[in-house]
Amino acid sequence: MGSTNSTLSKIPNVEELMQETGFTPAHIVRLYDRFEALDKEKTGHLRPQDFGAINRLAMNPIGDRIIGAFFSPGQETVDFHSFVRILAHFRPADKKRPKDPSMPEPVNSRTSKLKFAFQLYDQDKDGKISRAELLQVLRSMLEMQVTEEQLESIADRTIQEADLDKDDAISFEEFRKSLEKVNIDHKMSIRFLR
Amino acid sequence: MDSLANFNPFDNLLCILLGISFTVWFTLLLVFIIVPAIFGVSFGIRQLYMKTLLKIFEWATHRIERGAKDNNHLLYKPYSNAIIAKEPTSLEEEIKEIRRSGSNRDLDHASEFEMSDIFYFCRQGVESIMDDEVTKRFSAEELESWNLLTRSNYNFQHISLRLTVLWGLGVVIRYGFLLPLRVTLAFTGVGLLVVLTSIIGFLPNGRMKNFLSEQVHLMCYRICVRALTAIITYHDSENKPKNGGICVANHTSPIDVIILASDGCYAMVGQIHGGLMGVIQKSMVKACPHIWFERSEVKDRHLVAKRLSDHVEDKTKLPILIFPEGTCINNTSVMMFKKGSFEIGSTVYPVAIKYDPRFGDAFWNSSQFGMVNYLLRMMSSWAIVCSVWYLPPMTREEGEDAVQFANRVKAAIARQGGLVDLLWDGGLKRGKVKDTFKEEQQKLYSKMLVGTQEDRSRS
Repeated sequence: MGSTNSTLSKIPNVEELMQETGFTPAHIVRLYDRFEALDKEKTGHLRPQDFGAINRLAMNPIGDRIIGAFFSPGQETVDFHSFVRILAHFRPADKKRPKDPSMPEPVNSRTSKLKFAFQLYDQDKDGKISRAELLQVLRSMLEMQVTEEQLESIADRTIQEADLDKDDAISFEEFRKSLEKVNIDHKMSIRFLR
Repeated sequence: MDSLANFNPFDNLLCILLGISFTVWFTLLLVFIIVPAIFGVSFGIRQLYMKTLLKIFEWATHRIERGAKDNNHLLYKPYSNAIIAKEPTSLEEEIKEIRRSGSNRDLDHASEFEMSDIFYFCRQGVESIMDDEVTKRFSAEELESWNLLTRSNYNFQHISLRLTVLWGLGVVIRYGFLLPLRVTLAFTGVGLLVVLTSIIGFLPNGRMKNFLSEQVHLMCYRICVRALTAIITYHDSENKPKNGGICVANHTSPIDVIILASDGCYAMVGQIHGGLMGVIQKSMVKACPHIWFERSEVKDRHLVAKRLSDHVEDKTKLPILIFPEGTCINNTSVMMFKKGSFEIGSTVYPVAIKYDPRFGDAFWNSSQFGMVNYLLRMMSSWAIVCSVWYLPPMTREEGEDAVQFANRVKAAIARQGGLVDLLWDGGLKRGKVKDTFKEEQQKLYSKMLVGTQEDRSRS
């Protein structure tokens, strides 16, 4: 058992973090414990190796890309705040929130989740998924199991279907359109227990 | 002159008092602890002690909950099992479901790849970042109640005055009384072991020597058990390992050896260390044949296997004690057993050891503490309470290879001890997962895609 208040007081700017991400105090505490468990050398930051130590993640074909999503370009460590902000993408969407165009997009909305997934494809962050980038993802997911020709034909077909303005790349809008019907909230959300 | 006269009687008195208390102390020690250890009987003092402690812990937990409510602190139970809800669906099901909801086409001609497939892998990945099975196994198990040791992570002694007092009392008792007592016993036990086994080493080989060596080993281990205030319950002793067999157990701490060896005689296997450990090892092997390897020999698997099988074939030699996990696990699960000991082909006697964490956490996190630090922690806990189950012997069946046999034994041990049976390699604590696991995932996924392509070409 632990006293939530004592753990929360260890985290700087925790009110702001809760506002931004929508996590409850209990969630933040759990994530903090998890952060500390991953941060084996107690530096207060996580490095890519700390993520790499998670075996299920190392086994995931796109594990490296997911780890990359936590680190902003040029950054080599991630602190607790950034850790929580990225994980906040996976909070189930708040159904009751009214759509207010003046407020910034909440981090767990459908669009934000889509942006997160888009980022996994678009590694050079130019706003488009090029054919080469698509091939790279396919290669990670399939590696030795299919031939290069099969990979290329899959990539071609996918681009053909999704690319509406025929620039041989998939922009975010095209990405969003092709996934119109998918229940993103369900598939890209992780529920907390208690 | 006057002051001098005043000092002397006091001095004398002090000396006499000290002398008397030492004598009393040693007599008590001898009568209540060492003599029973020699003969293997027990007065039941430790059981009584355990019951009393449990009552005190219950009271302490009660007070914490009350205290927290009064002060409006939010208490939460630690995530002993999981923080997130995971749905146990397979890769295929999940991806089909994602496609079904998003696809405009009918499923007969579903395309091989959808952009949305990545959601499955993405979520799996982030789920494992938030919470995964393996990393949890390597930190000390979290408790549901507090056992008055601050090392169980949470600083409760500040919640109420009574609790603080109790905790303080606990510290005084543990460090002021129990620790010195235990350290004395430990030195006695180890010292006797070294001296007596060396003496026995001078006897000619034969039944007398074996008998004496067994008695000496048992006695010294029993003293060490009392040095840790270990309260052990043995179950199913009719299955105790016999000569020519290999005893296999799950590994939580170096204390496992003492626990098992105080109830039966085993031949130990291990690397020769320097220092005190080395002295103990060298003298032990004078009295009866243990298997110690030089550092260089450890790498040579054939040499190791040969020595083990030679030992096992000689039926006059004691059963070998091996911990196949290769490393200390935190006693909530059993990890992959290394197959070496299962290749030898003799009868395997599995043993399950389960510690009760309420009294003291026996898990040795070797990256956090060194050996001496660890032993001190053990000796300043309340007690080590554990259960040992001797499982029925198992042999390798026809057509079973060493790995399958190892897994079968592991499953039996996990089941008996109430531990979770995990496939992961204990070596993962330090290393990285092998690429074969990633390939498995890729294979599964490609089967889905390429599979449909085959269907297409057929139709």
